[in-house]
Amino acid sequence: MDFEKNNRMYSLLGQRGTFGVVLNEMAKENDSIVGISADLTKTSGLDRFATNFPQRFYNVGIAEQNAVAFAAGLADQGRNPFVCTFSNFATLRSNEFIRHFMAYMGCGVKVVGLGSGFAMGLFGNTHYAIEDISVIRSMPNITILSPCDCMEVAKCVEFCSQYDGPVYLRLSGKNNNPVVNKRDYSLRIGKGIVCSEGDDIILYATGSMVSVALNVAKLLENRGIHAKVINIHTIKPIDKQLIMDNKDYPIIVTMEEHSVLGGLGTAISETLAQCSYHGRVLCMGVEGNYKNPGTYEYMMEQNGLTEDKIFERIIEELDA
Amino acid sequence: MDMSLEGRIRKDILDAAKMVGPVGAHIGPSLSLVEIVAAIYKEFNPKCDSIILSKGHGALGLYAVMHQFGIITDEQFVSFEQNGGEFPGQPSRSPNNQIVYSSGSLGMGLPYAIGLAEAKKQKGKVYVVTGDGELNEGSNWEGAMLARQLNLDNLTVIVDHNGMQSDGKCENILNVNIHEVWKAFGWKTVQCDGHSIEQLQCMLKDKTDGRPKVVIADTIKGKGISFMEGNNDWHHCSLSEEKYNLAVAELEETYGL
Repeated sequence: MDFEKNNRMYSLLGQRGTFGVVLNEMAKENDSIVGISADLTKTSGLDRFATNFPQRFYNVGIAEQNAVAFAAGLADQGRNPFVCTFSNFATLRSNEFIRHFMAYMGCGVKVVGLGSGFAMGLFGNTHYAIEDISVIRSMPNITILSPCDCMEVAKCVEFCSQYDGPVYLRLSGKNNNPVVNKRDYSLRIGKGIVCSEGDDIILYATGSMVSVALNVAKLLENRGIHAKVINIHTIKPIDKQLIMDNKDYPIIVTMEEHSVLGGLGTAISETLAQCSYHGRVLCMGVEGNYKNPGTYEYMMEQNGLTEDKIFERIIEELDA
Repeated sequence: MDMSLEGRIRKDILDAAKMVGPVGAHIGPSLSLVEIVAAIYKEFNPKCDSIILSKGHGALGLYAVMHQFGIITDEQFVSFEQNGGEFPGQPSRSPNNQIVYSSGSLGMGLPYAIGLAEAKKQKGKVYVVTGDGELNEGSNWEGAMLARQLNLDNLTVIVDHNGMQSDGKCENILNVNIHEVWKAFGWKTVQCDGHSIEQLQCMLKDKTDGRPKVVIADTIKGKGISFMEGNNDWHHCSLSEEKYNLAVAELEETYGL
């Protein structure tokens, strides 16, 4: 596929829309791909897939546990099922089914979590997914992918369509998803990508937060602080080597649209602790109790995840 | 002394339960499903069919049937509940595919079996053994709706309908007429003596007019040993030498040839 040519269209569609378009393209060449929706076909961007491949598309009803178990049965018969629904339902409602079929039995189901983090905006706290990485990360066998932009979504879907193991693909951000990668590149699962170089501070980010991290790096640059920005698209397995190779920074910042407990910040902190890191780790993510909901932008602001808020916290930390 | 197949399977269950000693085993639930699993294996085509023991606590019953049918060896059978072994107290998928489905957590076997059956349409059959207590789990009913929608006539659920669950009689916990419920979900619903291999085979062979089928197999928990029958103390427990001898004597009387 020509990812570069489609990049602008992907960006307008957002990660969810891109997923639907790319899965449809992949299915033309790969008969094993099956789409499964828990009654969110259009919302998942799967209507085109459902129309083009009615024999390979299932709406199992509003029944996420069933979606995962059904997919596991199909996977054990050589199909490659993609179960698509909002991340909260995909990972939390079906959690034990993911553990049983994907982690324990190793069935090659692809769970695609849509609208992760605060992307569901005014749908509110029931629809936010800020615990999803945490609950999946503690289970063995499951690869967790969190693409930073729509081209990376396309590349992750391409990977999933050829991989027979279990994957959780976490889609984040809104429509008009900022472009991080303008040019085509090679995505290596489990290997982080250095987006910009800098010697003073290092910023690790995943999913929607990578573009925010790049903007934070610009604000820091204006203050003469040179930040290195790393895109961690694979949260599990985490790129331990890259983290260990970059432990000579006095401050390491992690950014995720997810709880600070159990997600990217935790994964990086665990690795740093193992290699006797002596600096400070600043985990930017969701903390504390559920807040009254609002729009995506409002929630990002409330949780201190905008570029200005993160910049301020880093400056405070540097001044401390 | 020679015994019928039903007797030999039950003797295997008792032997294994005695062998593992104080760690105990699910004796009652295993004795309940002997004929169900035996009937499935009599109808089973290993090249294309699958058996899913959703009520994982009946594992010892499954292993005993597999042992008597020559699917697993003596050596494998006596590895039951050994540390790190391939035949634990609840089935765990084995690399050589003798056991295809890991179970233990209830209500997961049916929706998984639906995926298998959909992929095997016109190619193979899928049999799922559930407990009646297990039907408390809502995921079964998510699956029941989907299987009907997909017209999976190659899918058969056999409910080990012994009327007991962990805390006592099913009717005292959630009192539901499961026959009517399955019918309401649009399944072909039949009922028979769950301790008659012949009747069960008849039900399994019965054509289903394009719908999935459920066989409600009326059983007795602890079947075959008078002091275990209908007694939940034997759900999971250890078996002393004395009780073992009493139980085997009963088996010889009931199932001796």
